[in-house]
Amino acid sequence: MNGMWRKLMVAAAFSLAAVSASAAEVTVAVAANFTSTMKTLAAKFEAKTGNKVVVSFGSTGKLYTQIVNGAPYDVFLSADTARPQLLEQNGKAVVGSRFTYALGRLVLWSAKPGVVDTEGTILNDGDFEHIAIANPKTAPYGAAAMEVMNGLGVYDTIKSRIVEGDNIAQTYQFVATGNALIGFVALSEVEAKKTGSWWEVPQGYYTPIRQDAILLKRAAHNAAAKRFMAFLRSGAAQAIIAGSGYGVDQ
Amino acid sequence: MTLTQVPLEPVWLTLKLATLTTVLLLLVGTPVAWWLARTRSWWKHPISAVVALPLVLPPTVLGFYLLLLLGPNGPVGHLTTALGLGTLPFTFAGLVVGSTLYSFPFVVQPLQNAFEALGSRPLEVAATLRATPWQAFTTVAVPLALPGFITGAVLGFAHTVGEFGVVLMIGGNIPGETKVLSVAIYDHVEALEWDQTHWLAGGMLLFSFLVVLAMYLVARRARQVAL
Repeated sequence: MNGMWRKLMVAAAFSLAAVSASAAEVTVAVAANFTSTMKTLAAKFEAKTGNKVVVSFGSTGKLYTQIVNGAPYDVFLSADTARPQLLEQNGKAVVGSRFTYALGRLVLWSAKPGVVDTEGTILNDGDFEHIAIANPKTAPYGAAAMEVMNGLGVYDTIKSRIVEGDNIAQTYQFVATGNALIGFVALSEVEAKKTGSWWEVPQGYYTPIRQDAILLKRAAHNAAAKRFMAFLRSGAAQAIIAGSGYGVDQ
Repeated sequence: MTLTQVPLEPVWLTLKLATLTTVLLLLVGTPVAWWLARTRSWWKHPISAVVALPLVLPPTVLGFYLLLLLGPNGPVGHLTTALGLGTLPFTFAGLVVGSTLYSFPFVVQPLQNAFEALGSRPLEVAATLRATPWQAFTTVAVPLALPGFITGAVLGFAHTVGEFGVVLMIGGNIPGETKVLSVAIYDHVEALEWDQTHWLAGGMLLFSFLVVLAMYLVARRARQVAL
């Protein structure tokens, strides 16, 4: 029995050593709109550095709440600037590590061709049963959609037909399955497939969706996480982001 | 923050949904449970398995298929549209349909157990006293199976109140229509509105405790009466 225990302890010690030797791993919490772009970026980063990227997707609001409550993430790619700022103030993130990695673009999209024209006139015609938006309280793309509808003066007339997705990915899914004829989604989601019809909402119609990245406190000394932050700012990464339907800071 | 500042609409909506669902579940679940309890058909086993599926399936699976089936491109969606009802996702009626499916085993299984526990003897006796099968069912089987009805109704109701995944998948978070309590709480949590969260979540905790406690007490009493 004693010998067995010793063997187990030795084995455990070895496996612990093995884990810490390969600890070049970054855990990234990513806002739902950035899902497909993040997959491309992660693959590129892994190929380049040999570090491993573990990604969790969700709405910005949910990820924020999880981080505040001790979720084990190293980097947070938010869909807004407000929540990374709050994390800085709460001491949950490394002050000064915050930067804008992408500028979100809003699209009015339908899975059916010919439904949305390039002016978005369907919002005035009202020829639809449901319009999907992301939850404006928690998802910046939802808040931007509200701004657009209010700005166009159509909100009051179509208010009763709004359905909310938990995040921008579920909003996309509501439209993709045809359950909502149209919806405000991220250009990056439409760019990935390029099906149906859409109107890219002019930038002047809503406050720019600045999506900030921030290094979280627990990764303050994680070299791989810092490397990932640097990679995200690099020309190569920014080119991928720009090609995926986002604006980038010049 | 006081209670008056907490939006209570989701509470009423949830109670309405759970009540309607429970009534529907008892209406549909009773004949199914009766058949399952008494049949000797080979079909009993596959049908029992289908009834029990929601116990095993994640709500996301059910929600996903409901969204596809009930949506404008799905077969049920085609049917409801042809009947002039429109499509069910994002409507209160859609939630009733989803909840009924999701809570089905919680009502059918206690009923089935109660019917099986009866055995055939009381019904045979009733038949010798010239009771029609319907009379035997309503005057003998139902009173004797009362604890099963109570347990089924309470579980069906409580499980519908506690439902989240299916509603999130097919609801669309519409105030007064599909924004039920569990989704409202989730919303408040995500929006960092802890005060509202505590009122609603704490209330839910208390309510659930009382429901389960009441169920145990009533079931015990009903058993004593039945004996």
